[in-house]
Amino acid sequence: MAEKTKSKGKVLTTPERCKQCGLCVANCPVSAISFGTEINSVGYNFTIIDHEKCTVCGMCYMTCPDFVYEIQAD
Amino acid sequence: MAIARKVPELVDRPNGFCPGCGHGIVTRLIAECLEELGQDKNVIFGIGVGCSSLLGGVIKADRLHCSHGRVGAVATAMKRVNPDNIVIAYQGDGDAYSIGIGETTSAAYRNENFTTIIINNTNYGMTGGQMSNTTMPGQKTSTSVNGRDCAVTGMPIRFPELVASQFAPAYAARGSVDKPANIIKVKKYIKNALEAQMNKEGYSVVEVLSPCPTNWGEDAPASMKRIVEALIPYFPLGEFKAREVK
Amino acid sequence: MADMIKGNEAIAEAAIRAGARLYAGYPITPSTEIMEYMSWRMAEVGGTFIQAESEIAGINMIIGGAACGVRAITASSGPGMSLKQEGMTTLSDEELPAVVINTVRYGNGIGTLYSAQCDYLRETRGGGNGDYRVIVLCPESIQEAVDLTVLAFDLAEKYRMVCMLMTEGALAQMMEPAELPEMREATRYPWGFDGKYTNKKIGIFDRNSMTEAVALNEKYNSVKENEQRWESNYVDDADYVFVAYGLPGRSTIGAVEALRAEGHKVGFIRPITAWPFPEKAFKEVNRNVKGFISVEANATGQLIDDIALTAKKAFKNNIPEYCKPHVYGVPSMRVIKEDFMKVIAGEMKEVY
Repeated sequence: MAEKTKSKGKVLTTPERCKQCGLCVANCPVSAISFGTEINSVGYNFTIIDHEKCTVCGMCYMTCPDFVYEIQAD
Repeated sequence: MAIARKVPELVDRPNGFCPGCGHGIVTRLIAECLEELGQDKNVIFGIGVGCSSLLGGVIKADRLHCSHGRVGAVATAMKRVNPDNIVIAYQGDGDAYSIGIGETTSAAYRNENFTTIIINNTNYGMTGGQMSNTTMPGQKTSTSVNGRDCAVTGMPIRFPELVASQFAPAYAARGSVDKPANIIKVKKYIKNALEAQMNKEGYSVVEVLSPCPTNWGEDAPASMKRIVEALIPYFPLGEFKAREVK
Repeated sequence: MADMIKGNEAIAEAAIRAGARLYAGYPITPSTEIMEYMSWRMAEVGGTFIQAESEIAGINMIIGGAACGVRAITASSGPGMSLKQEGMTTLSDEELPAVVINTVRYGNGIGTLYSAQCDYLRETRGGGNGDYRVIVLCPESIQEAVDLTVLAFDLAEKYRMVCMLMTEGALAQMMEPAELPEMREATRYPWGFDGKYTNKKIGIFDRNSMTEAVALNEKYNSVKENEQRWESNYVDDADYVFVAYGLPGRSTIGAVEALRAEGHKVGFIRPITAWPFPEKAFKEVNRNVKGFISVEANATGQLIDDIALTAKKAFKNNIPEYCKPHVYGVPSMRVIKEDFMKVIAGEMKEVY
């Protein structure tokens, strides 16, 4: 039975900080990030992550200018 | 294998930069370098006037908002009287290269032992997008509405090259935040610069090409594309003066 | 008997002994010897000397050093002082102590090299943006310059303000005997930067100007109440009171003594602080005084404005104020006596 191996770890977000700039969306190598339908208190559609697709590579953390992301390696 | 990454406490709070601005990325890289070098409780910032001023609202460190263009002089004195603290000058291209060209260049000329980080977004951002000394030929800004005429206003200035070729600095580099691979290099340049300072090697400068979606009139990913296509060919990336291996 | 010493050197050495450990500045006549002296003396006491590339860089270096808690000093004159104005308002805004020496030279623009008192209004009102004040001390002798230089550092530290020694170019260049104070141990202000973020700050866009304005007024009112300094004599029975500061103040005192000896009822007030202006001195003046006479070395009359405002505040009736500005140099006793004769003969019209 083939099993998909995946990095351990998880990406956490602080949606209140997201300004909908789109850099993480553009730089995610597996297109796991998109803008949700909810808006945060500063008026932006904050990003949501498809954790099934996410490989916890950290590109979103790297390119986000607003400290939205935290990468947990468990 | 995931690597744990958390924004250092030094900056871990909302910032006031525009959506997609490069300042936020560089701010995080500076904080990461300071933490990794064990200097996050041993640092004083001299902050410029402009978008760079917004650093003051996000960073929890000793800092002085300097008069426009004068960080080069303020940081010179701070480092001379507090040689064991890390001193970082944090400015934009307007603050450092227009009004501050005298102080910025003189500090490099004297090989002062602090680190200057200049965020180059090819315009005066905070005041609404006027032409700066790094505006590209033909670039439209609020004071060059038909595109910059370099025959009359001069060609964009390349400061790290000037310093590396004409003075005797410890370290001079230019990076870009357009993609993660380049962001990683910017972090390496900043760390090299700070290590040069810690080792008392002399003046270090890192210029970083940054998007300005607000004044370039494009979204952040398109602005990053502009950096790659229009800016990097003129403002090459790399280390113009590497640290000397002793 | 104290040794003879040049004004500029005395001021520089007094600063060193008061604990100054940073000098950053640019040469400009007639202040240059202060910088030259500091260029070798600072290193001897473990201080820092920086030859700045400009006057503007110089004042900004003072800002950087003061922010780190160091007693910092710079000196300039004329157009050099003009260049520093943004630095002055910035020091005030950041509540950083600093001592600035202005050896005043005559003229607008590049000006001249003549000794003068033509910066009075700018120093007492503040030449930078906003409504800040600096404490302004005016010596009449090299000894007083030495004493006031030490006081300048203490007042600057006490109130977290700029304290200026405003003296004439002639005093900077002349020689007189003066006693220098004992060397003090140099210490850092406890609130200076140490890299550890011991003292928290808020972002510049988060400041509350309303509350800051209240605090600013409280500070300045405290200085006005507690730090007025002057010398005066013969004011309780005077018909006319001369008001003059610095070297012109000194020759005015001589003129007053001579006029008294001739039977004229004249007195003098010599402000030692131009800001805060010595309002308390005016309260001691004869209630029936007939007029105030300003003696000053500039073209348009500047001190006369403060005399008029203060006399107005101190007296119910409008007392005439006279001023024939002497342009530059130090007016002699003879010339001051001639001014007086014109006043009492009704040949000089009052300014206010």
